[in-house]
Amino acid sequence: MRSADNPSPTRRAVIAGSAGVLALSILPAGAIAETSDLMEAIKRVGNGVAPKAGRVTLKIPELAENGNAVGMTVEVQSPMTAADHVKTIHILSEKNPLVDVVRFHLGPRAGRARVATNIRLATTQRVVALAEMSDGSVWQGDANVIVTLAACVDAG
Amino acid sequence: MAVLPTRIVMPPQAKKGDIIEIKTLIQHIMETGFRRDDVGKPVPRDIIGTFVVTYNGAEIFKADLNPGVAANPYIAFSTIATESGELVFTWTDEKGQATIERRKIAVT
Repeated sequence: MRSADNPSPTRRAVIAGSAGVLALSILPAGAIAETSDLMEAIKRVGNGVAPKAGRVTLKIPELAENGNAVGMTVEVQSPMTAADHVKTIHILSEKNPLVDVVRFHLGPRAGRARVATNIRLATTQRVVALAEMSDGSVWQGDANVIVTLAACVDAG
Repeated sequence: MAVLPTRIVMPPQAKKGDIIEIKTLIQHIMETGFRRDDVGKPVPRDIIGTFVVTYNGAEIFKADLNPGVAANPYIAFSTIATESGELVFTWTDEKGQATIERRKIAVT
């Protein structure tokens, strides 16, 4: 181990790096750059177009005690008529091994655009719901979930 | 063909035009494929991949599931009661094995 008055570049880099992480963590959630996998998934769904914020409400507990089954409900404001309805709802996760969690295909016969399910969350993270409309527009709603017991990715 | 235990909650009758809620559950491990057993061997992925619901033959709801869906997948959705008839619920795992359930609805 090197002496404290002669820190190695590695050590300096580590300190600089952790300072950066600290700076990121105090920014509001929206200001943090999207994790690349999630960003790509959002782009893929939006066909390159950035989804608009709004119309999608993702109801999920802020604090999930058990990441193995977290109840969530997604609701989209839509008249659900033949001319104007939700076609697909995508649920995406920021930090699960697979970004795509589940996809629901709806139509005007649903009457209302509300779907509920139970999902797994590997760790504390942001969950994103994207709604593809019949007019081609994409809307986004998201929620942050703190997970105290993570879904087991690796069984000890 | 092994049929997995399922639960479906929906009203047996409804007024024409009403929006009815349908809650479904199938007993399935939804093995992610990311886990390892106690000797370090990867546990192979085994999940329900699709869930399709038809109402008198017409598809009214479909879900594409990934390992991010919790074990014993629960899905609740809605549909408009259009006419009396039968709803068919089909869960298919990634090996192609299907579990099919049917429910009648009387629409007045």
